[in-house]
Amino acid sequence: MAPPTSPRADVAAEPARSGADDAAGLGRARAAAFVAPALVLVAVFLVFPALWTLYLGTTDYRLTGVAASEPRFVGTANYRDVLGDGDFHRSLWLTAQFVIGSAVLGQTLLGFAVAWVMRDRPGPVRRLVEGLVLLAWILPSSVIAFLWIALLDRDGGTLNALLGTPGTAWLLDHPMGCVIVFNVWHGTAFSMMLYGAALGNVPPSHLETAALAGASTLQTLRDVVYPRVRGHVLTSLLLVGLWTFNDFTPFLITAGGPDGRSEIMSVYVYRTALGDGRLGAGAAVSLIMILINLAIALVYLRALRARRAAPAGAS
Amino acid sequence: MVFSGTGLPGGRIGAAALAAVVMAMVMAVVAAGCGGGSPADPDRGRDAKSLTLTITRNAIAGGKNAEEAEWITRTVIPGFVAAQKAKGVTAKVTFRGQGVADEAYKTRLALDLKSRSGADIVDIDGIWVGEFAQAGYIRPLGDVVGPPADAWDGWTAIPASIQRQASFEGRRYGVPPSTDGRVLYFNRRLFARAGLPAAWQPRSWQDVLAAARALKRLPGVTPVQLDAGTAMGEATSMQGVLPLLAGAGAEIYSGGKWTGGGQALQQVLGLYAQIYGPEGLGDPKLQQEAKGRDKSFEEFAAGRIGILAEGDYLWRDVLNPKSGVARMRTRDQDVGYALIPAVAPGRGVRGQSFVSMSGGAVTVLNPNTKYPQQAFALLAYMNSAEMTRARTAGTPEITSRTDVNKQILAGDPFLTFVSEKALPVTSYRPGLAVYPRVSTALQEATAAVVSGTSPQDAAARYSEKLEGIVGGAANVAAR
Repeated sequence: MAPPTSPRADVAAEPARSGADDAAGLGRARAAAFVAPALVLVAVFLVFPALWTLYLGTTDYRLTGVAASEPRFVGTANYRDVLGDGDFHRSLWLTAQFVIGSAVLGQTLLGFAVAWVMRDRPGPVRRLVEGLVLLAWILPSSVIAFLWIALLDRDGGTLNALLGTPGTAWLLDHPMGCVIVFNVWHGTAFSMMLYGAALGNVPPSHLETAALAGASTLQTLRDVVYPRVRGHVLTSLLLVGLWTFNDFTPFLITAGGPDGRSEIMSVYVYRTALGDGRLGAGAAVSLIMILINLAIALVYLRALRARRAAPAGAS
Repeated sequence: MVFSGTGLPGGRIGAAALAAVVMAMVMAVVAAGCGGGSPADPDRGRDAKSLTLTITRNAIAGGKNAEEAEWITRTVIPGFVAAQKAKGVTAKVTFRGQGVADEAYKTRLALDLKSRSGADIVDIDGIWVGEFAQAGYIRPLGDVVGPPADAWDGWTAIPASIQRQASFEGRRYGVPPSTDGRVLYFNRRLFARAGLPAAWQPRSWQDVLAAARALKRLPGVTPVQLDAGTAMGEATSMQGVLPLLAGAGAEIYSGGKWTGGGQALQQVLGLYAQIYGPEGLGDPKLQQEAKGRDKSFEEFAAGRIGILAEGDYLWRDVLNPKSGVARMRTRDQDVGYALIPAVAPGRGVRGQSFVSMSGGAVTVLNPNTKYPQQAFALLAYMNSAEMTRARTAGTPEITSRTDVNKQILAGDPFLTFVSEKALPVTSYRPGLAVYPRVSTALQEATAAVVSGTSPQDAAARYSEKLEGIVGGAANVAAR
């Protein structure tokens, strides 16, 4: 047991050094004690798994077979294999299509459009539309994946019945298209809510002034609304982009098929690590995914800083 | 709980102690997860007065292999529990059924066993024995159970060739309950409409193609379903590439070498190209769909597929008018069956004119079971003559036990056909850990051909991949 020391004694001992930046009056030790649990949690659940992934990525660890019981160190072989793998390049390209198509263009634009159109609609209409959009968002992925399979099925699918195109195999002929449309449908609610709140930030007087000045809708959006919601646009793009990048739900609909034509990055990792049982190579891809995520987040942070700096410089 | 440490008077110590405790917990968890185990005592838990055991397999009431699930829950478990009760032991046995694709089942199982959890009695495919054994997920019965494993009287009833299905490097890892064979099924009603004989037996691949061309004239009918692609998984190998390869005179592994993309494989891929090529004798999209194999069953049952290569599983568990997943009321009248021909008479493996492939499940014990003796008693009970008869009472199948087969196959013309005509010409897959990866490479080769790659190119790419898998060209023979 340590000799009992009261907080006051701590402060009194070093008034000059810690008084200025120790607003809570805790002292260094106590402050460290307060953050320790959080740091330990971060270490256990974030740093350790990341380092473990880094280690696994340098072994030939497999789900079954000899390499499952005695993995060998293979250096950078996994990374070289993965970076030279045509399937990996394809999954990168498909992921880019998926993120740009469904997150950037689809969800963000559609979410904003819904929020903009609904901003001054009467309560019931607005609540109904928002409720429906939200419903698509809150339903469990496995449930809606099943609904979409039923919708797009080649024999007896709802879409084919509606369009009168029996036998069209949507999921086989346009797998990425289906997955992108699905994800737009599934995820628009978040952007809609975010922009709904953001549009509340635009003072009505500004909009009225713009209307009086005879500004077109496009001009109003560009010069009045956009400067007010730019931060929200960035946040929405970052969050939705990252979610979409890591999304696994498309697997439930197409299983990455046919022949890998909808095998986005998360599905590629799953197939490599668990389908083929190559846990080592899977860990290598996972690390590459982490790096891509970090890169996206860095771009976001820089953009955010630039935005904060800009008004200060202008004024 | 997290905050209690910081409330202590000595904040410094509290934080350090808390961090130390958390780190110690983490290390303990990590150590438990990674540490190797020494072979456990086979007699642990032997005298327990109350015990729980779990059985798992890819069978589920109302779905896949429903009869097997019912057999376990209604016959095996009550019988075993009653027998234990007579000995004064309270046994609680649960069945954890699953009804998923074989590949998903395998992944789940491997993860279960890897984390030293999972059911006590587990069914695996015979070809997984090697890789599971090498990973240390399963251990030889003699190690898990001790002497009682070899003393079991059931071994005398199971032929050595079927016991090999459950063995790896000469040691038995489990009990194989049954075996099977592959044949060509055809729809007699469609054959009649196309002017083909009801007692059809093709003698070459050309005969099959000729029948397919005749069937092609019927509207809305897919002439042939020959499993292809990776979505079908092992079915592509077992029902497609491997029997055809045997028909072209090569087994996938023989004489210590794997078969590369030589003439035999090119012939096989050539047949795929003919079926899925411009003539449109098969439905290429069915090979790509996530649930293509299930759909092929439905289409065959609905009379929209003319010829289908499948195991006897199709007859017993899929088309079965009473318990199948794609029931066909008129199965016995409308479904014909024939041996799979070699490319031409006498050109198959071992100079055969007809070929087949066999495999089957193996019931193994989880080496981490708490009650090895009782688990083995349950395993032996499941594979006793009495329980095997009960299992096959509703739907006969070719069991591993010769004594039971003698009684049950006599009344079943289809299974008699498989056991007397197909099994004598059958081939087995190699029980080597690397086989499943070779199999995947074969599936990828068929997928490439179905989507338009030439057989020569697909075979060349397969050879390249194969050399990477089996450790160099020295282990590959062109054949």
